[in-house]
Amino acid sequence: MDDLSRFKQTYFDESAELLAVAEAGLLRLSPGDVDMDEVNAIFRAVHSIKGGGGAFGFSDLVAFSHEFETVMDEVRNSAIPVTTELVDTLIRANDVLAQMLAYAGEGVDAPPGATDDTVAALRHALAASGGGGTASAAPQTPPPATSAVNDDEDDEAGIFGDAMAAINAARDSEAPSPPPADRVRWTIVFRPKSDLLLSGNEPAYMLRALRRLGDAEIVCHLDDLPKLADLDAELLHLSWTITLTADAEVGRERIDDVFEFVADECDIQITADAPLPAVIAPPPKRDAPPNTPPALSESALVPPGATAAKTDGTAKPRGAGTNGGPGTNGGSGGGEHAGLTTHTIRVDLDKIDRLVNMVGEMVITQAMIAEHLRDVPPGQFQELQEGLEQLAQHTRELRESVMSIRAQPVSSVFSRMPRLVRECAALTGKEVQLATSGENTEVDKTVVENLVDPLTHMIRNSIDHGLESPDERERMGKPRAGTVHLSAQHRSGRIVIEVTDDGRGINRAKVLSKAIEKGLVQPGASMTDEEIDHLIFLPGFSTADQVSNLSGRGVGMDVVRRNISSLGGRIGVYSTPGEGSRFVLSLPLTLAVLDGMVISVGEERFVLPLTNIVESLRPKPADLHGLVNKCDVIMARGEYVRLVHLHRLFGIPKAIDDATKGLVVLVETEDGSRLGLVVDEVLGQQQVVIKSLESNFRRLDGVAAATILGDGRVALILDVAGLREMSRHSGDSASGGGRSPAPALPAPKSESRQRQTV
Amino acid sequence: MAKTILSVDDSASMRQMVKLTLSTAGYQVVEAADGREALAKAKAGAFNMVLTDLNMPNMDGLSLIRELRGLPAYRGVPIVFLTTESDAGKKNEAKAAGATAWIVKPFQQDQLLGVVRKVIGA
Repeated sequence: MDDLSRFKQTYFDESAELLAVAEAGLLRLSPGDVDMDEVNAIFRAVHSIKGGGGAFGFSDLVAFSHEFETVMDEVRNSAIPVTTELVDTLIRANDVLAQMLAYAGEGVDAPPGATDDTVAALRHALAASGGGGTASAAPQTPPPATSAVNDDEDDEAGIFGDAMAAINAARDSEAPSPPPADRVRWTIVFRPKSDLLLSGNEPAYMLRALRRLGDAEIVCHLDDLPKLADLDAELLHLSWTITLTADAEVGRERIDDVFEFVADECDIQITADAPLPAVIAPPPKRDAPPNTPPALSESALVPPGATAAKTDGTAKPRGAGTNGGPGTNGGSGGGEHAGLTTHTIRVDLDKIDRLVNMVGEMVITQAMIAEHLRDVPPGQFQELQEGLEQLAQHTRELRESVMSIRAQPVSSVFSRMPRLVRECAALTGKEVQLATSGENTEVDKTVVENLVDPLTHMIRNSIDHGLESPDERERMGKPRAGTVHLSAQHRSGRIVIEVTDDGRGINRAKVLSKAIEKGLVQPGASMTDEEIDHLIFLPGFSTADQVSNLSGRGVGMDVVRRNISSLGGRIGVYSTPGEGSRFVLSLPLTLAVLDGMVISVGEERFVLPLTNIVESLRPKPADLHGLVNKCDVIMARGEYVRLVHLHRLFGIPKAIDDATKGLVVLVETEDGSRLGLVVDEVLGQQQVVIKSLESNFRRLDGVAAATILGDGRVALILDVAGLREMSRHSGDSASGGGRSPAPALPAPKSESRQRQTV
Repeated sequence: MAKTILSVDDSASMRQMVKLTLSTAGYQVVEAADGREALAKAKAGAFNMVLTDLNMPNMDGLSLIRELRGLPAYRGVPIVFLTTESDAGKKNEAKAAGATAWIVKPFQQDQLLGVVRKVIGA
């Protein structure tokens, strides 16, 4: 008995896995996207289930899986095209196979006709394929005598054959005393459809009739009983398992006769157990296969929370249900379909990228139409104008929807950090706690993927340089364990990721002396704290006295900044000595499209990301102040803001130099510092498709990317933080150092610009 | 208390045979010659079961079954119809209309009793 159950259990466990494999494969199978490896995996799964089933003598199961397998074989041979209909049929077949396995697991026969519909559908699929005579003939053939494909199955059967021999041997050795043979135990599983009562049939009478045939133990299953609120008193939602011990002369037909009028409306399984004494113990206990119907075997009769009531056969079984009763073939497994109605689909990334690209082109086209209509006098073509407004609106929404498809939560990156922190802590002998927040913040997949390296560097840096040793922390009255906090949040159309530590903060004196030592800063330069803090992002800068295993190779923060800016992002650091440091990464949510303001400078057009713009204003002469040896500033909203003349920066001729005659666009970087850009004109707001400058040309300081405007002109998308850096270097000779300012847009003019600005 | 059965058939000989069989077994039997008459009697009285032929003038068995099932008092009352082996389509129609059980003609007396016991439980 134990051996038998163990061998069978192995088979059922294996089959459950195979079913899952087949199901997963089937769900991924879609027309036009057929992965032959998947198809083969499905085929093998079905094939193996069939092979094992044959060895254990589950003939119904074998017959059905053979049908299934035949179709899969044709799919494998590309003889049947993969259609949505076919996939549906195959998925259904997989469900039926699961049910057949469940029946086999319970040791009961599948109800007659349980597989008919599905078999018909499978054969239909074969026939519809025109897949030749072999295909249509095969299903009729009984499993053992099939095509060459099945030969390898015989090997499996051989293995199982040995198992069967062992099982039989075990069975023989354990063979109980010969059964009295005059009593037979029947197991009847009776699952009526919910509308049974509406045809005037009364299950209680049938149960009573069964009791007249012998000793009946009747278990009523209430697990399908709906909540009282959902209960329809005219529907039946009870089912029963009757264990009938009757005299041998009470034949199967007597039992069938009881259900004569309801056989079609019910799921009835009638099985004769072996003669009585051999089977007093319930069927071998085993973990139910995943798809086992909830109340088939006695060992699994009562699902947790449900009640099983013994009835004497007279109970008024007026249960009720809302789901229209088990069908003959979906019957006992009907509840399992929930898992198949999936709410996600897998889509190849290329398809999404094509979509993103198309949307980008559409944005440009829309901008072009808008451009053409700009000159139309107001009031004319009113409907066209309105239609265009709507188109613009829809384009924006479409863009956002498409972008959201590419969006992923940053948790995939954040989740790697605890391990990193543990390793770093172990290496440095520090105690570190990692706290994360905003893991569910979503951002473009590319951004997520490219966050791994920068974040790794930053967290290492925080632990290695930022946090003190436990003893030192204790002396300073801090908890021994330092905390590194990793957070993500959306802020004005960008994602802002912060790495905060509660360590010692940046040692500015040390940073400054190191920078001077390395020739990055000229001795005597007057720098703000913030400027000193940001020195750590300079190439070749490292403050670690000794190069440690973790960081200190002097590439870390430099690489971080480069990585981040290649994503159109920026990094800033804020540090308070003794209290810790905060690194702030700001990244665009998407790399494909942005809302921008088109401005003109001379003949050139530029795009400013809308998220950077505070306001634009035409300053009065009184607002402007020239600083000696420094750039001009403007008094705006009560604070002095540095003015940047874009035409000077980029060497553009024929542009307005006097800010009072042009416009000043007040922009703000992520860290809150402001800049006044002097431009000729603000042309209007527009969605622009970002085209990488680096992949098409090369990287330029102060420029994030390029785009194509509605009139077909190429415009550069300005990088505000980059502009600030440039203006600092070009306007402030003290900190200019050896760094050469960015190449100007029209490259040959770089010389003249230098002369102009220095 | 004896159970009352409404027997519906346009053939008088058949009605007699049914009545004899059922009365002998202790049931009370009320007769009707067609569906319309049966429906009127069903509305006027209460029956534990209805036994009806399918082919009848005025109102046939199928219509009678549908009409009865439309009456609240008869939603759950067993309705047995008489059919012939050859007429499988009719059988399905009758089942769809709400019939409980059927007896294939020709039938023996104890077959009739067997079906009646099955559907009314005694």
